[in-house]
Amino acid sequence: MIRIECPVCGQRPETEFTYGGDATVRRPEMTNEDPQAWIEYVFMRGNPRGWHREYWHHVQGCRQWIVLERNTLSHEIGQAELARDAARAWSRTSEAAE
Amino acid sequence: MKRLASGGRIERSEKLSVSFDGRRLPAVRGDTLASAMLAGGLGTVARSFKYHRPRGIYSAGVEEPGALVHLRDGDRHEPNVRATTTEAFDGLTSGSQNAWPSLRFDLGAVSGLASPVLGAGFYYKTFIGPFRQTTRFWKWCEHFIRKAAGMGRGTYRSDPDAYEKRHRTVDVLVIGGGAAGLSAALAAGRSGAQVLLVEQDFALGGALLSEPVGHAGDAWLDESAAELQGMENVRILTRTTAFGAYDGKTFGLIERVSDHVKAPEAGAVRQRYWQVHAHRTVLAAGAIERPMVFGGNDKPGVMLASAARSYLNRFAVLAGDRVIVATNNDSAYVAAAELAGAGAEVTLVDMRERIGPELDELINGAGVKLLLGHGVLEAKGWGRVRHACIVPVDAAGRAIGQKTIVPADLIAVSGGWTPAIHLWSQIFGKPVYDAGGACFVPDAKPEQHIQTAGTAMAAASMADVIEQGFARGSEAASATGAKGDCGPAPVGLDSGRFWQSDFRKTWAVFNLQGKTEGTAFVDMQHDVKLSDIDQAEREGYVSVEHLKRYTTQGMATDQGKLSNLNALSRMAELRGVQVPDVGTTTFRPPFTPTTIGALVGHEHGRHFRPTRRSPIHDWHVEHGAEMTESGAWLRPWYYPEAGESLEAAYVREASHVRAHVGIVDVSTLGKIAVQGPDAAEFLNRVYVNGWKTLAVGRLRYGVMLREDGFVLDDGVTARLAAHDYFMSTTTANAAKVLAMAELMLQTAWADLRVHVTSVTDQWGAIAVAGPNARALLSQVAGADLSREALPNNHFTRAQLAGVPVRIHRMSYSGELAYEIYVPSRQARQVWEALIAAGPEVNLRPYGTEAMGALRIEKGHVAGPELDGRTTLKDLGFEGLASSKKPFVGSVLRKRDVLEDPDRPVLVGLEIEGMSGAKAGALLFPAAGRTEGHGDGWVSSSTYSPALDRHIAMGLLKNGASRRGETVRVVDFVGNEVLTARVVANHFFDPEGERQNG
Ligand SMILES: [Zn+2]
Repeated sequence: MIRIECPVCGQRPETEFTYGGDATVRRPEMTNEDPQAWIEYVFMRGNPRGWHREYWHHVQGCRQWIVLERNTLSHEIGQAELARDAARAWSRTSEAAE
Repeated sequence: MKRLASGGRIERSEKLSVSFDGRRLPAVRGDTLASAMLAGGLGTVARSFKYHRPRGIYSAGVEEPGALVHLRDGDRHEPNVRATTTEAFDGLTSGSQNAWPSLRFDLGAVSGLASPVLGAGFYYKTFIGPFRQTTRFWKWCEHFIRKAAGMGRGTYRSDPDAYEKRHRTVDVLVIGGGAAGLSAALAAGRSGAQVLLVEQDFALGGALLSEPVGHAGDAWLDESAAELQGMENVRILTRTTAFGAYDGKTFGLIERVSDHVKAPEAGAVRQRYWQVHAHRTVLAAGAIERPMVFGGNDKPGVMLASAARSYLNRFAVLAGDRVIVATNNDSAYVAAAELAGAGAEVTLVDMRERIGPELDELINGAGVKLLLGHGVLEAKGWGRVRHACIVPVDAAGRAIGQKTIVPADLIAVSGGWTPAIHLWSQIFGKPVYDAGGACFVPDAKPEQHIQTAGTAMAAASMADVIEQGFARGSEAASATGAKGDCGPAPVGLDSGRFWQSDFRKTWAVFNLQGKTEGTAFVDMQHDVKLSDIDQAEREGYVSVEHLKRYTTQGMATDQGKLSNLNALSRMAELRGVQVPDVGTTTFRPPFTPTTIGALVGHEHGRHFRPTRRSPIHDWHVEHGAEMTESGAWLRPWYYPEAGESLEAAYVREASHVRAHVGIVDVSTLGKIAVQGPDAAEFLNRVYVNGWKTLAVGRLRYGVMLREDGFVLDDGVTARLAAHDYFMSTTTANAAKVLAMAELMLQTAWADLRVHVTSVTDQWGAIAVAGPNARALLSQVAGADLSREALPNNHFTRAQLAGVPVRIHRMSYSGELAYEIYVPSRQARQVWEALIAAGPEVNLRPYGTEAMGALRIEKGHVAGPELDGRTTLKDLGFEGLASSKKPFVGSVLRKRDVLEDPDRPVLVGLEIEGMSGAKAGALLFPAAGRTEGHGDGWVSSSTYSPALDRHIAMGLLKNGASRRGETVRVVDFVGNEVLTARVVANHFFDPEGERQNG
């Protein structure tokens, strides 16, 4: 039983959450009509060994989506942040890159 | 075998009624079932798994491979219980298993004669070898295996007992209540940490309980236990097994609350499953003695030396009168001396040529005969040990001289010790090999949250055990922030000073030809012989994983607690490598077998998951509705009148709706409040159709896709106010849709100013359908519901029975229909007001079965069509999709594979004849072979009262161009073939005149 430090609710057991997949893939802009971009987003996934970022949904708690660091090798649990904050940080970095 | 007149940790005055196979055993309080069996002189108590060999009591603990029995009768019957860990209680009934017709005379034992055939790899060879494609032989084998192999039988009766689950978080969990665990708990407890100490036995003490009564350990144990019991921050759970270590520093424990009584007291649970989150854990699970391998080493009368000592000192049972103690190390010497002291005639057979003077003195003083440089080659005797065959051996255990046969009724063996590291290994994986002790120990690192102490860490003496336990307990507590003074470490006890020292790493004894004499077992629970290991090696199954699967060694309910190291050692010997090069076994939970009931707890039957009930649920039940499950929901299925069947009732109800008016409870629809200035933009993105133009006061049907372009869900959304929308989803997909909306709004669309809130439970919903619907509602709501005032796809607010409601004009049944949305608390009141006004317009309630029939008549899609495999095109919704805006799935829905014109598309089917199609039946052309997956399938099927025939919807390849064609509907499960005509899926009133009336 892993325990997840929900940024809103504190440390809670995994049974309150549902797994939501790879949080390192980024959804294309709505206006993007390139099928390849959507195929990459929907279907293509790495299978990393070690630390990974994943979406978890605190579905039986605050209903926030969380980006959680999990080690796929040791099943160790790392930092958790609100997906909202992760998305914001992401758009700031990509804006800076532009 | 006899009970001694004095000694032991038993209450002789408290006699217990305990029986085995109907025979009364002389049990007293403090006994286990095994000690009572020995006290009663029982030799054979079980038959072995494969060869039905007689088996006796081999150990005094969880490692027991042979003495598996069943307990209790009737619905509390429990198979495969180890007699050695079963606490005796008044009224205990037990019996033998895997023997027919009786334990003493077991016909299955003839399979022992077939043992050359049943050796390693038997299963694989039988099924793929020379007998391949010989079905008759196969079946004969299967029958034979199923009848002969196996252990006890379970009961088919339901379990009468209750179980419960508890959660607990502690600073320090101490697993094991022996000297190490007690020391650890003392240190952690004194420092102020929250401590949980668990012990699988009913008494604290561990190996100390096997010391003679009056030993210095007794006082130490009493003092330590009393001090711990006096600490408020320490909780002690006895009869509790820590069976598994899991991620997140979580441990699973089973507390056997009522297994030591005949039946749980009223209101008490039988077992309690604890999920404990422990910041630090001290594993003090002790060690298990290692068997010796020789011919007949499984016979009743062969026993671990430590077990013989436990039975003597703890239970006051002398397990034999003429005892051979066979060993390769120092630890058995104390057992030999004590057995002799209790009156047995003892010969100690040691494979080593030399021993220390201390041991010599001990043995001589006790009158034990000593044979150095010797081993037991074979235990002889029909049914039980009567003689031991002893030979002088070399360092490899091979005979170097002639054998002598001596009378013996007990052969007590000690091949060294195996630390019980299971829980550490479940989390941290591979242990390291301790060459000195020839055993695996934890690869301890300071950062690990489980630290091991005592003999589980191969501690060499009792002083070390206590010192380790105290140190690990103190470190664990301080790691959790406890700052109290641990005080002085307990004073060391001198017992067990010979443990694990100076031993010869040879476990098997061979004759002059280098073979074991007779049948020598490595795994006594799965009947794996030493020769099976040899055969596996010859046939190339040399890695530990192959060895295990090929021979099934270590795969029985004891998980190889006794056999793993001997099997590995033999393989290492054969391959000429070191034990760790062969590998280690992987330890997985549970440490000992666990009842499924405890893991399930209360979550079965009605409590398997929460039941969702509509706010009108009680009315349905009170009015005789048959209820049906729809996901977690209970819904009215049909309302039988005067003993009606389902078929009669739904046909009547559906006909009634089309002729008069009916009401159905649709509160289970998913309802989501979509609110905020960007709500319309949000809807535009999740639905395939456009939402920017929807005016306040209107409704719109919408379909949404998944990211991969398949249809996710459909439903109607109302615009309540400028920034306030009320979305409905199907009952089944409500959670999925909400989760997707939340993901989008918290990530990719975080810029949208929208909130989504589930309001499913806040709103009841009632559909009113039929030609008289308007008359009914106009009367009770007092609102203008005329065609002009409230056209289709509009809603209005009204008062109904004094309750403010929303009336949505929309139709699922194809009739003139409305949906009334009412706050949940008043839903029943409104429903009853409608029913009360019903007689004038001939109103009847209808259930989900009639609702389904009505929707199939109209060709509406529902769950069976929205199965995650269908696209907009497949369902004929292509025209709904907006080309002016992107939406979820808008790019990927156009993938070539989804645009394939050959994809099955939605059609209607008029079934010929008087029987209906089965949903899931396959569709084939009128002629040709019916093979493979056909051209499509039936998704929904019903008898149509309006058309007076059976109809169905399905998905059919090129369905649009096959109208009028006759197809075959093949149900391979029911072996039934029907014919059907392909038609449009709008069977009834295709122009929709009735709903627009
Ligand atoms: Zn939360």
